[in-house]
Amino acid sequence: MSEDVLTTSQTGGAKNWFHRYANPGRFLRLVRPWLPALSVVSIALTVTGLVWGYFFAPADWEQGDAARIMYVHVPAAWVAMAGYAALAVCSFFSIIWRHPLADLAAEEIGPVGAGFTAVCLVSGSLWGKPMWGAYWVWDARLTSVLILFFLYLGHIALIRAFDNPAHGHRAAAILALVGAINLPIIVFSVQWWNTLHQGNTISITGGSKIYITMLYPLLISTLGFYLSFITLVCARVCAAVMERRTRGLLLAAAERE
Amino acid sequence: MNLAPFIDGAYGVTVVFLLGIAVMTFARYRRAVKRLAQVETR
Repeated sequence: MSEDVLTTSQTGGAKNWFHRYANPGRFLRLVRPWLPALSVVSIALTVTGLVWGYFFAPADWEQGDAARIMYVHVPAAWVAMAGYAALAVCSFFSIIWRHPLADLAAEEIGPVGAGFTAVCLVSGSLWGKPMWGAYWVWDARLTSVLILFFLYLGHIALIRAFDNPAHGHRAAAILALVGAINLPIIVFSVQWWNTLHQGNTISITGGSKIYITMLYPLLISTLGFYLSFITLVCARVCAAVMERRTRGLLLAAAERE
Repeated sequence: MNLAPFIDGAYGVTVVFLLGIAVMTFARYRRAVKRLAQVETR
């Protein structure tokens, strides 16, 4: 059977590359060969970043060894936010163009993003106890990340809450788009409100307040977490496309009999 | 204050999560590949 069996009428006639690559069959053909290499690189970078941060990075002059939690907490926080941004983009494409791949991607991003957000919250509270004397404070940054976690959970639940999966995807897409307002709130919360959480240490426009011996393991760990997220989501989307195709083939066989 | 439990806890949670989700994703992927191959060769 042709791999383009899942092509929808709306993508079939589209001229531009974007709509062409929104085809699940084409996505599977393109991404599947890259998965082993992506897995190896993401594991290598993540392990390097974590081992460097845990064993070899210098202790902070003020926080001591507790600053080592940064090498898991900060990358998890960045991936949690980037994952939600990707979820919102997929939801936008799902609502506007009804790309089947956007729905699949959104469904698979949800659990992975929620996991990274949970890691961020738990590692943050384990960092907070020795630094602030409390596992949790209702600080603007912490609260907005907790809301991000609930948005992920809501998205996961809403997709599965309807008998008709299309209705579930649509409702979840609307939630994801509305929830995207939380992203700038997370980023700027440390500037808009007085918070216990420290301000931004790293800036892409220069002026980072972190020494290079701590910056390198942080960047490697971050790259590893990002690649891990991308690899996990791609593998899960590929699996979902194959599961869908299997169901389609079984249904076609049952109808023939 | 002994910081080791907090640092080990944060790294432990991260490693358990990454390993757990990687194993579950790999198992699901392998199952999907196998099942599709079975159905296609029918």
